[in-house]
Amino acid sequence: MRLHLVSPDVLPSLSSVLEAWWKLALDAELWRSAGASLYRGAAGLALAVVAGGALGIAMAWWRPVNALASPLVEALYPMPKSALIPVTVLWLGFGDGSKILLIFLGCMLPVTLGAFNGARSSDQALVWSARSMGASRLAVLRDVVLPSALPELLNGIRTAIALSFILLVSSELIVARSGLGYLIGFLGEGGVYDAMFAVVLTVAFLGFFADRLYLLLYNRVLRWRE
Amino acid sequence: MIEVEAVSHTYRTPDGREIPALERVSLQVREREFIALLGPSGCGKSTLLYLVGGFLPVGAGAIRIDGAPVAGPGPDRGIVFQHFALFPWKTVRGNVLYGLEKLGLPRPERERRAQEYIDLVGLSGFEASYPSQLSGGMKQRAALARTLAIDPSTLLMDEPFGALDAQTRSLMQSELLAIWQRSPKTVIFVTHDVQEAVYLAQRVVVMSARPGRVKAVVETSFDRADPHLFKSPAFVEKVDEIWGLVRDEALKAQAGRA
Repeated sequence: MRLHLVSPDVLPSLSSVLEAWWKLALDAELWRSAGASLYRGAAGLALAVVAGGALGIAMAWWRPVNALASPLVEALYPMPKSALIPVTVLWLGFGDGSKILLIFLGCMLPVTLGAFNGARSSDQALVWSARSMGASRLAVLRDVVLPSALPELLNGIRTAIALSFILLVSSELIVARSGLGYLIGFLGEGGVYDAMFAVVLTVAFLGFFADRLYLLLYNRVLRWRE
Repeated sequence: MIEVEAVSHTYRTPDGREIPALERVSLQVREREFIALLGPSGCGKSTLLYLVGGFLPVGAGAIRIDGAPVAGPGPDRGIVFQHFALFPWKTVRGNVLYGLEKLGLPRPERERRAQEYIDLVGLSGFEASYPSQLSGGMKQRAALARTLAIDPSTLLMDEPFGALDAQTRSLMQSELLAIWQRSPKTVIFVTHDVQEAVYLAQRVVVMSARPGRVKAVVETSFDRADPHLFKSPAFVEKVDEIWGLVRDEALKAQAGRA
């Protein structure tokens, strides 16, 4: 069924999109692009999770760290991270580095805030219980504060995953020589709309799949909750 | 022996006001004695418990355990909280094992002792359950097992049965007594339930309304094996006597808030 809201030239039918996808799938180009994009996304996210998680927990645990970092975090949080695209390109060029840096910077804050809020809400009685059983302060950080922070931290990471797809595709659309975002732009400019939509569909599917996979992991890690 | 000597403690509210919680409290608890701290809410009885536990710094006065000043929490003083404070991400077994790991016991010994105490509190079969899957009474049994397993010489109990329904509470009271009679420990038991205090403790320390002071120390030794104890005139009289002391303070506390 077609509503003819836009011209059929720029909104190809699903069957032609699927056909184009099949052709692209037989060609190595789609997989090479997907590989490049996933590498950038995964690397940026991994850095963001490690650095953001550590910063958030440190802010909750040591007052001076919080005093130093929290004004910065609050000021940067609402900034649209896509504004950093030209900056990261200026610093690191057109390759993987600028995308990884962008995703790292853009995804770090939700993780930081999740870790911070989670760690700060750790129950005093749990901390005291651990201390009374002989846990050192450092052991309390690992055994009580970190697991207490986990639910909120994992929520922050989920936000970060969604953000990473946005940043990845938009940065590749604007300045890149590879990746799914680049492929979308390239096919669009060439007027090969059915193939362009096939790549858009691929990105959408990857995003959906990543989120589902993450939820599976999330429920497994937090299975102790009601 | 636990000696509390002229201990005062002041709380600072977030807006900077100072609220005196305890004022020159002195108290001696003998080895293997079961005492109850009783008083209206806000009288500082829990604060006193936390000070003995080493969770709060002793500002004015001194607290000594067998002659040594308290310098922080330690496995010689186990604590049980009203809301259980179980690690929600650990199973019952994981919770009980935690303190044993911190003691550095070899694995077979840890496993053996964890099972022994899980059996003792009647949680056999629930070793692999998470706290969220247990009832309130079972959670408190698990918390008790976790604390008893590290064999502290002193047991600090902060209204441990306050969150339980009446039936579970009375069951837990007699089980706690049975455990204490089998392996006596020094117990400091915070409660605002007069009957509970008189039933469990050998001495009841009645505290005054804020700032908390020791108002009276009452000897309460009864034959706890007597099934009709709660109806015996001597028991009823003792509860009534102590209830009179507490009521005065509760009224004062209420007037102070109004």
